[in-house]
Amino acid sequence: MTSTPAADPTASPFVYAPAPESRSIVDIAPSYGLFVDGEFVDGTGESFKSVNPATEEVLTEVSAGSAADVDRAVKAARRAFTRVWGPMRPADRGKYLFRIARILQERAREFAVLESLDNGKPIRESRDVDVPLAAAHFFYHAGWADKLDWAGLGSGPKPLGVAGQVIPWNFPLLMLAWKVAPALATGNTVVLKPAETTPLTALLFAEVCRQADLPPGVVNIVTGAGDTGRAVVEHDDVDKVAFTGSTEVGRQIARAVAGTAKKLTLELGGKAANIVFDDAPIDQAVEGIVQGIFFNQGHVCCAGSRLLVQENVHDEVIGSLQRRIGTLRVGDPLDKNTDIGAINSAEQLARIRELADYGVAEGASKGQPAGELPDRGDGCPPTIFTDVSPAHRIARDEVFGPVLSVLTFRTPDEAVAKANNTTYGLSAGIWTEKGSRILTIADQLRAGVVWANTFNKFDPTSPFGGYKQSGYGREGGRHGLAAYLKGASQ
Amino acid sequence: MSERLLVRKTYKLYVGGAFPRSESGRSYEVTDARGHFVANAAWASRKDARDAVVAARKAFAGWSGATAYNRGQVLYRVAEVMEGRHAQFCDEVAAGEGLSASRAKAAVDAAIDRWVWYAGWTDKLAAVLGGANPVAGPYFDFSLPEPTGVVAVLAPQQSPLLGLVSVLAPVVAGGNAAVVVTSKARPLPAVTLGEVLATSDLPGGVVNLLTGDAEELGPWLAEHDDVDAIDLTGAPANRAMELERLAAGSIKRVVRPPAGEPDWTADPGLSRLTPFLETKTVWHPMGV
Repeated sequence: MTSTPAADPTASPFVYAPAPESRSIVDIAPSYGLFVDGEFVDGTGESFKSVNPATEEVLTEVSAGSAADVDRAVKAARRAFTRVWGPMRPADRGKYLFRIARILQERAREFAVLESLDNGKPIRESRDVDVPLAAAHFFYHAGWADKLDWAGLGSGPKPLGVAGQVIPWNFPLLMLAWKVAPALATGNTVVLKPAETTPLTALLFAEVCRQADLPPGVVNIVTGAGDTGRAVVEHDDVDKVAFTGSTEVGRQIARAVAGTAKKLTLELGGKAANIVFDDAPIDQAVEGIVQGIFFNQGHVCCAGSRLLVQENVHDEVIGSLQRRIGTLRVGDPLDKNTDIGAINSAEQLARIRELADYGVAEGASKGQPAGELPDRGDGCPPTIFTDVSPAHRIARDEVFGPVLSVLTFRTPDEAVAKANNTTYGLSAGIWTEKGSRILTIADQLRAGVVWANTFNKFDPTSPFGGYKQSGYGREGGRHGLAAYLKGASQ
Repeated sequence: MSERLLVRKTYKLYVGGAFPRSESGRSYEVTDARGHFVANAAWASRKDARDAVVAARKAFAGWSGATAYNRGQVLYRVAEVMEGRHAQFCDEVAAGEGLSASRAKAAVDAAIDRWVWYAGWTDKLAAVLGGANPVAGPYFDFSLPEPTGVVAVLAPQQSPLLGLVSVLAPVVAGGNAAVVVTSKARPLPAVTLGEVLATSDLPGGVVNLLTGDAEELGPWLAEHDDVDAIDLTGAPANRAMELERLAAGSIKRVVRPPAGEPDWTADPGLSRLTPFLETKTVWHPMGV
């Protein structure tokens, strides 16, 4: 067991003054209910606390939806589908979505601050990525509402009905947008369950729906934990289930809907290979590797968590990478200079540490920069494992944290074989100056999204989703509409 | 107390983001549907048309290079700003076309909604009209739509707002820059539309509106070498063939005038987008 020395952060010529974003723009109530049929109502389940992972401060108390609450929400969604949203002129459905997009843009700062408070992600990311992309998703899908005949999914495609949607804690608002926008654009109504640890932006979104005068029942938000999610998924009057989360829960959901008429899409875990060839622009690749694994604390299903480096440039790449991560700032999510915020929950931090310990125990070399962690909250330094073998757990299991495993290869065939040597297939990265190589390697990778000379790029026009046990169905683009239309396949 | 005396508006051209009078100093009398004087509109000259083409060409690179998302948001902004001037458009449409208040309102509503329809198209055209081509060889090959360039539009003579928006919005939605000759007898809604466009984040020069006579300006635009396409919808029926022949000189894309006045409220589909789009096909070899 060796520990790779990391760069000395004090060598940096830059000294950062604190640059905190004010949290005064958000107004968090002491408690929240569910959003059902256009009204905030108390849930009948046991309420739970939502915590700021950076400070461990309790932000608010949130109602948990019981099976009876979920039933009320589904009934409201069914009524809204039958009486209002289904029969509505498609262009008018689009207009509501345009309104929502505009309100998200107008209230962007508020959403960004709230997201960082509840989730722990750096304000730089919530401000520049999560919120603008969420607004863009609504804007994009607004335009589809009256153009579905042009989507190549058959003529006069029809909505499914009520969609039950369960989303994770890593991109709370953005995942809501990925689920709600296409469902509504295609004429469905929704019951959405946000993650237990990050319900607040979904509840603020409920307010956006009210400002937009969205008819009651079109969007229903039921907060809670696994039991609430199960009640949504298993409700008899739900026509469509969309889930983003772990492969294990995805498997349970697939079993639960087996034998029903429910349409299912799953966006699950990943263990993406980020392949660096020896002709890659190294500095650019290093930035891409950092973006690939340390974006959002590594809480990204498509994170580039396995770095495959061509052997002859291994030392150069790793040297640059270690210098670079020495400049990453782990700290207060609301500080505008923070690169890595707080791990979303103590539970997740424990899982990251457990897998990192396996890495060390199985013989990989662990490297972390010498920088200090904040004294409060769930911090985790950026971590790089070298000398990783494909059999190690850190090369196979999804860590869902800022932990990178480095493997090497000699030939393109070996790179492809190693990249595909996983039960997952969500994403992959390729770094080379040679266009023909990009296209050939991309062709051979069994992954739903392949980034070339970039990583972790998202756009509402671009379909996203996995191969193999990373799930099925696509979100975004023309293809994403199919998940919410009768008869349409991908 | 006597009624307050109105401040009347000077109706001018909209060229390169500004509102000039005609360089010729000419204007012509515009009346309402009952023949009463309403305003003197600028009477655009050949030089104004050429200036407009220069402005459009200059604006084309920026507009066609903007992201489709950005273009969509700008077009949606046009709808938002038009909505704020709803009453003014209703008055002008009612006066110009001699419509009842309710029919004028329906025309204005439809014109605003048409911008929304096209706002939603900007970032979907590539997915609907483009795609990968499975060529029989080790190549990655794909085709994408791109805007044609500077498009001259002879706008409908009868429907000065809904008709105008129906022919103009698809041109700019596709990423083109437009030089429009408005309805001669009913030009005023077009000038007000210009004021909307000027305050909607649409870069100056992307849309240029010339009030005047399509019969006079049409030939100059049809034979102008820096115009890439021409929509003859508002051309005089007996001049359309001549204009199409002139357009052939620089191989312009031509949209012929309809047989009769079209129903502008009908769903336009892609029929007015595709004539002003080129298809670009890219080949790239594959191999490690």
